[in-house]
Amino acid sequence: MTPKLSKFVPYALTGVLGMLGVAGALIAPGTNSDQAVLAAEPVSESSMTTRRLTSEQYKTVIADVFGPTISLGGRFEPELRVDGLFEVGAGLVSVSPSGMEQYDAMARTIASQVVDEAHRDLLIPCKPQSVTAPDDACVSEFVSKVGRLLFRRALADEERQAYVMAARDATETLGDFYTGLSLSLGAMLTSPQFLFRHEVLEDDPAHKGAYRLDAYSRASRLSFFLWNSSPDLPLLAAAEKGDLYTEKGVAQQVERMLDSPRLRDGVRAFFSDMLHFDGLETLTKDTTIYPKFNAQVASDAREQTLRTLVHALVDARGDYRDIFTTKETFLTQELASLYKVPLVNNVPNGSPDTWQAYEFPESDPRAGIQMQISFVALHSHPGRSSPTLRGKALRETMLCQKVPSPPGDVNFTLVQDTSNPVYKTARTRLQAHANEPMCAGCHKITDPIGLALENFNGAGGWQTKENGEVIDTTGSLDGIAFEDGIGLGQALRNNPAVPSCLVDRVSAYALGRTPSKNEAPWIRELKDHFAANGYVVPALMKEITTSPEFFRASMPGMDEMKEARAGVN
Amino acid sequence: MSNSLTRRSILRGAMGGGAVSVALPFLDCFLNSNGTALAATGGPLPYSLGLWWQGLGLNPGSWEPSTIGKGFELRNELKVLEPFRDKLNLYTGTKYFLDGRPLETHTTGYEIASTGGIPMGNNSGASLDMNVADVIGKNTRFRSLEISLDGSRGSYSTRGGSTKNPSEGSPVALYQRIFGPQFTDPNAAEFTPDPMVMARRSVLSYVTDQRQSVIKQLGASDRERLDRYFTSLREVEHQLDLEMQKPAPLEACTVPGEPAEAKPGSVVMDADANNRLFGALVAHALACGQTRVFSIDVGAAGLRKQGSSLTWHMLTHEEPVDEAIGYQKESTWFMNWANSAFAGFLKELDSIPEGDGTVLDRVLVLWQTDHGDARIHTMDALPVMTVGSAGGRIKTGLHVSAHGDPATRVGLTVQQAMGVPISAWGDRSNETSKTITEVLA
Repeated sequence: MTPKLSKFVPYALTGVLGMLGVAGALIAPGTNSDQAVLAAEPVSESSMTTRRLTSEQYKTVIADVFGPTISLGGRFEPELRVDGLFEVGAGLVSVSPSGMEQYDAMARTIASQVVDEAHRDLLIPCKPQSVTAPDDACVSEFVSKVGRLLFRRALADEERQAYVMAARDATETLGDFYTGLSLSLGAMLTSPQFLFRHEVLEDDPAHKGAYRLDAYSRASRLSFFLWNSSPDLPLLAAAEKGDLYTEKGVAQQVERMLDSPRLRDGVRAFFSDMLHFDGLETLTKDTTIYPKFNAQVASDAREQTLRTLVHALVDARGDYRDIFTTKETFLTQELASLYKVPLVNNVPNGSPDTWQAYEFPESDPRAGIQMQISFVALHSHPGRSSPTLRGKALRETMLCQKVPSPPGDVNFTLVQDTSNPVYKTARTRLQAHANEPMCAGCHKITDPIGLALENFNGAGGWQTKENGEVIDTTGSLDGIAFEDGIGLGQALRNNPAVPSCLVDRVSAYALGRTPSKNEAPWIRELKDHFAANGYVVPALMKEITTSPEFFRASMPGMDEMKEARAGVN
Repeated sequence: MSNSLTRRSILRGAMGGGAVSVALPFLDCFLNSNGTALAATGGPLPYSLGLWWQGLGLNPGSWEPSTIGKGFELRNELKVLEPFRDKLNLYTGTKYFLDGRPLETHTTGYEIASTGGIPMGNNSGASLDMNVADVIGKNTRFRSLEISLDGSRGSYSTRGGSTKNPSEGSPVALYQRIFGPQFTDPNAAEFTPDPMVMARRSVLSYVTDQRQSVIKQLGASDRERLDRYFTSLREVEHQLDLEMQKPAPLEACTVPGEPAEAKPGSVVMDADANNRLFGALVAHALACGQTRVFSIDVGAAGLRKQGSSLTWHMLTHEEPVDEAIGYQKESTWFMNWANSAFAGFLKELDSIPEGDGTVLDRVLVLWQTDHGDARIHTMDALPVMTVGSAGGRIKTGLHVSAHGDPATRVGLTVQQAMGVPISAWGDRSNETSKTITEVLA
């Protein structure tokens, strides 16, 4: 018996279906002209926001429910980043026809592995009476158990019945029980209940006329935020017992979840999103100029930074600001050779895990995640570095500041000295922008910080000269001058916009949307407490999840309407 | 599509658990006796639309012909299209209007060209290829195909809202999608419906049947998004429906060989090789009735030569104008390459004989770009082209001057030629009702 299977077995389903029967006169949300009609028509429940699972969530859920050996056999359509996060864009996207073909293909690939001979005894809790005939009872048991984990709630009778019928149809057509079951499971995996996270509002018994987020929606918010996955069985059980309606019950679950190793998955998912690490999946460099850079390096670079972050922020419960100055990281032998540092092998001979801790010496000019390959190579051109792209990325991802696009109708020949087209260093090339008022506005925001990282070439390799000229890495950030990348790291560490930005991002990520103006006082409070508590990220996550704001239920558009009215008055 | 074919009850009855060979009726297409026309409609071979998105414009003052109407000259960057001169129209002088909105360089122009306006936030209108696909793409396996030459997944094709139709950057993956195991050869002598397809179709309907009950629980914006999800799911069902029926034979349809592993990426050499492969795949897909709408994104911005530290886009901004010749030499090399790639793509369509002509004759390909002069991001004096007549719907061999008019005039005309029932298209200053009547047949 594997740990994965134990998710099904020890926890018996108890009378959970009562949750779905909660009746109330809830108006359907929306501000369209149909509202009056809809409001007159009481419905028992209503969703407030619906988010498509991100590709990372999809992968994590499949691995959690069926085990890490199941391969997906497909790919996801590109995601939409809004206000710096996919998690916010997930509330705006749908599924394109070719994206649906892929979901369908993945669903069938996953389902056929679940029922194959290598997995069926572990993952299917019963055996059919005959492998060539339908067995409704066995399918029903499987559908109930798996459905609860995939749909993040208990299935209604008619839902379960539909998937049982689907399996029966397919088994009769094909004469094979397991193929029929796998097609039915495939249908669950292509269903909107799996691919989209619906949030459901119900009447709030404590406040007549008000609504609250239902217990299952609360469980999903917690687990996707803290673990980047579906609720596990204890969390579902807590939801079904009504624990997630009480402060004490929520605190208990949050405590358990923060102590779990899965918190690492949640933190990794958040930083992958915030740091645009999806870009590393498709990052390519010119192989003539950077022959050592390849897809494996890009993937290892991502892993290096995520390990650095998890170690500093989760395992050591360290100060968030120190990620810009830390000398501690994790390397493989391959990465060490790219960074040109000696890494004494201390993993057991032949061990599949080749990662080991490494600390850059005090004298080494490198520190902080902004000097790791995942940052400097990601924000570069294919054949050279880019102080402008790096400066823009620092401003936008670490400081939450928006750098405007270049203006239209600008004659760039003004910034080119045509009599001397070859400038030796990036600094001299960019100097021309600074002399042109139309360009200077934005380049002043990006270049002085980006130039501090010029010791890293477009693939993240170390360089001290460009075209024979020694590289000058001096610069400044918001009035703080520095000599080099280490100085930039110090300036970032001490810049108040850095922790403020993190709280903005984490709170938007937790809510899955951009916080409304009404939530501004709460966000300010989070920032104050983050500072007071020593900038410890899990403590911030704890405060968010145990705040009433985290589960606050509102109709879409309600806050905007209130804000608009307040504006009129 | 007959609904009765798709009902679970009938499927269950018809299949009875085993594989049987059944002669299901053709859909709505029957070849006539000489194999050139479709008897069911009595009309000619179905016409198709292609979009070619090639960023970074051309050199202003260099490519524009000096005469209008017939007999114009293809100059400099356009010379490479000489073999298609009689099948080509050139439109000069059009503009993208910003109406005071900020210019997202290299993006806003494309947005106007594809959707007729500038999106509000993340919410755009539908793109013109989708409007056309809704009219002509309903009975093909793929309502549309989106392709990129530089391996990227982005596209300018959208049903509206925040969801784009992602591009396919790998010829191998596109081959699998079209001509993989799920392809039914229309000219195969035998047709045996696959019971697995029947079972899948039946099971999927348990999900699609929930459409109404799911949608009615949602707020307005979620409703629209879930409705799009169900529409996409319906497309998958539709593909299965087609796989269960014997397709009408198509004279020009042959199954192409599977491309050897291609290297999707932004190096020009790779993009060039992939362009030929994509061209052949699209030509065969059209000949085999798999789709009637496609888009090709050249992905100009990131394209580069192997070993060069500068991309085409960077060159347009950083390369000095060569005083002796009056333009940027390296950037122009890329323009010439991209136009020759376009010619190469057209050649693939033109190389499959069909009826009295070639596949290209029943296609209309619309060539558009993001800026008139990429070097300084201008939004006027745009080069626009169409190639092919869509089976005689468009007159060809013409240079049309539309000085100062919105570029959406071409988009409007193309949509009307494709049978989209609209009399005006575009938003605010980009809205137009002025069809380019001189090219309509």
